[in-house]
Amino acid sequence: MTLPNTTSTERAGLLLRAWPLQLLPWAVSAAIVGYAFIVGGYVATVIAFALVYVVFVTGLNLFMGFANQVSFGQNAFAGLGGYASAILTTTYNWPVLPAMIAGIVLAVVIALIIGYPTLRLKGHYLAMATLAIGLITYEIAVEWQSMTQGYLGISGIPPLGIGSYEIISDRGQLAILSIVALLAVFIAARIKSSRMGRAFLALGASENAALALGINVSRTKLIAFLTAAAFAALAGALFVHVVGYVSPEVFGLHMVILGFTMLYVGGIGSIAGPLIGALLISLLPEVLRGFKDYQDLFYGTALILLLIYAPRGLAAFFERRERTGSAS
Amino acid sequence: MTAAPARILETQALTARYGHVQALSAADIHVCAGELVAVLGPNGAGKSTLLRAILGLASTTGTASFHGEPLPRQDPVAVSSRGVVLVPEGRGIFGPMTVSENLQLGAYRLRGDKAEYGRRLARVLALFPRLGERLSQTAGSMSGGEQQMLAIGRALMSDPKILLLDEPSLGLAPRVIAEIMEKLALLRDEGLPILLVEQKAPAALKLAQRAYVLVLGRIVACLDPRDLSSHDDLAKYYFH
Repeated sequence: MTLPNTTSTERAGLLLRAWPLQLLPWAVSAAIVGYAFIVGGYVATVIAFALVYVVFVTGLNLFMGFANQVSFGQNAFAGLGGYASAILTTTYNWPVLPAMIAGIVLAVVIALIIGYPTLRLKGHYLAMATLAIGLITYEIAVEWQSMTQGYLGISGIPPLGIGSYEIISDRGQLAILSIVALLAVFIAARIKSSRMGRAFLALGASENAALALGINVSRTKLIAFLTAAAFAALAGALFVHVVGYVSPEVFGLHMVILGFTMLYVGGIGSIAGPLIGALLISLLPEVLRGFKDYQDLFYGTALILLLIYAPRGLAAFFERRERTGSAS
Repeated sequence: MTAAPARILETQALTARYGHVQALSAADIHVCAGELVAVLGPNGAGKSTLLRAILGLASTTGTASFHGEPLPRQDPVAVSSRGVVLVPEGRGIFGPMTVSENLQLGAYRLRGDKAEYGRRLARVLALFPRLGERLSQTAGSMSGGEQQMLAIGRALMSDPKILLLDEPSLGLAPRVIAEIMEKLALLRDEGLPILLVEQKAPAALKLAQRAYVLVLGRIVACLDPRDLSSHDDLAKYYFH
């Protein structure tokens, strides 16, 4: 029997027709980053923070968008990565790169210890448990003053760099953050198309059906959680080295709310979603700054309109059309 | 005298609970090689629970064995790795994923053996040619009948040694049900043992070599469909 399929010429044609639409968010994002690189200064700083959030939200997307689990506690892992890297570089004079790696490893180990019992919970219970993880980490950052300096925070954190080479300029930081963000998105795309990524998606669609196919649901959930924690820790470590300062507020609940907003506005479950969401939500307050006292009102209205008219996020407008053929 | 056919799947005093509610009481059933066995019964009789209990998705006592070896309890991954594969009620397809991705997940345990994957895919597409026309379509956008075909096709991708089917006719038009049942008959004729849970008794009895009737969590009868002359013969068990 012959398998019904398209010829290679037909496939190439389909791909070419779909490409301009799929490439649009990437092209616009590249243009925004390129513009920030040219003008530098404040715009470059805003986009640099947005790129740090691209890493954070990409990790959140793996756990929430692909595996369809809930976590309000990813800020805890960003905090662990950030504080570990800050303490190791300022107190123990570690070079930046090993300190960042140590921060990520620490966050993953803590995520493993916490995740093993916590991920037995589902739905709202899992959400509450992860929220508690974030709150506990925040309290530790406040109270463990001998290590974290409490509310005063840690200053003098060295900038990103390798060995004696430090990236001090805003353009230099923007360039390195662009590479890291792109790498994070690329890794997420590779995970999504891998065997493990398909297991994440299966788990997200139906736990029982996934179990019936022989997918180890508990292990898959844990791997998604650890991967998201690693992304969050990397984002936290990048943040402290870009700003040069860390305090508990940096990794507070505000970070979770911002991450969620970026994920849902950009498009949960899509690869481009975190990039679109992080750039848009970071730029929106700057665009609306002219409205002065009404800035928050316009910001809130814009978010509500976006979620009404793009409930699957902006990335949904750029998805491949042939994936959603009509039923017959 | 001919020897009795080998029992592939057997449960003994299999009991299942959801919290304090006992949904299945001491069920003894068996499926022999090449047999299609139906489990019939009214709504809420415990039919789906029986399949969940065999797979280890429900809290159970008693035993379930496959080829004479006891199946692990509360470990559906280990059970499915033995070739005991469930097509769940409501199909359990992965709606946002394409048909092709759903089929790939069916062969989840097959690591990188492209030749074997191709063989299994060819078998599934030969059985359900319509899936071949929809490989790049999202599963959630297909009709109910096509989704059921996908659910069965996905289970076949895991190369099952026995198929547990939970209400494959649910929510489907009679014409589509007939088509699905025809495919199940083909699988039976190929020698694949099937345990079919079905509320639509006439459709199931046309295919089955034997049928168990389950009422209020208890097996009340084991029938040979050829012995049933009318619906009333079956109905008397429902009001047991």
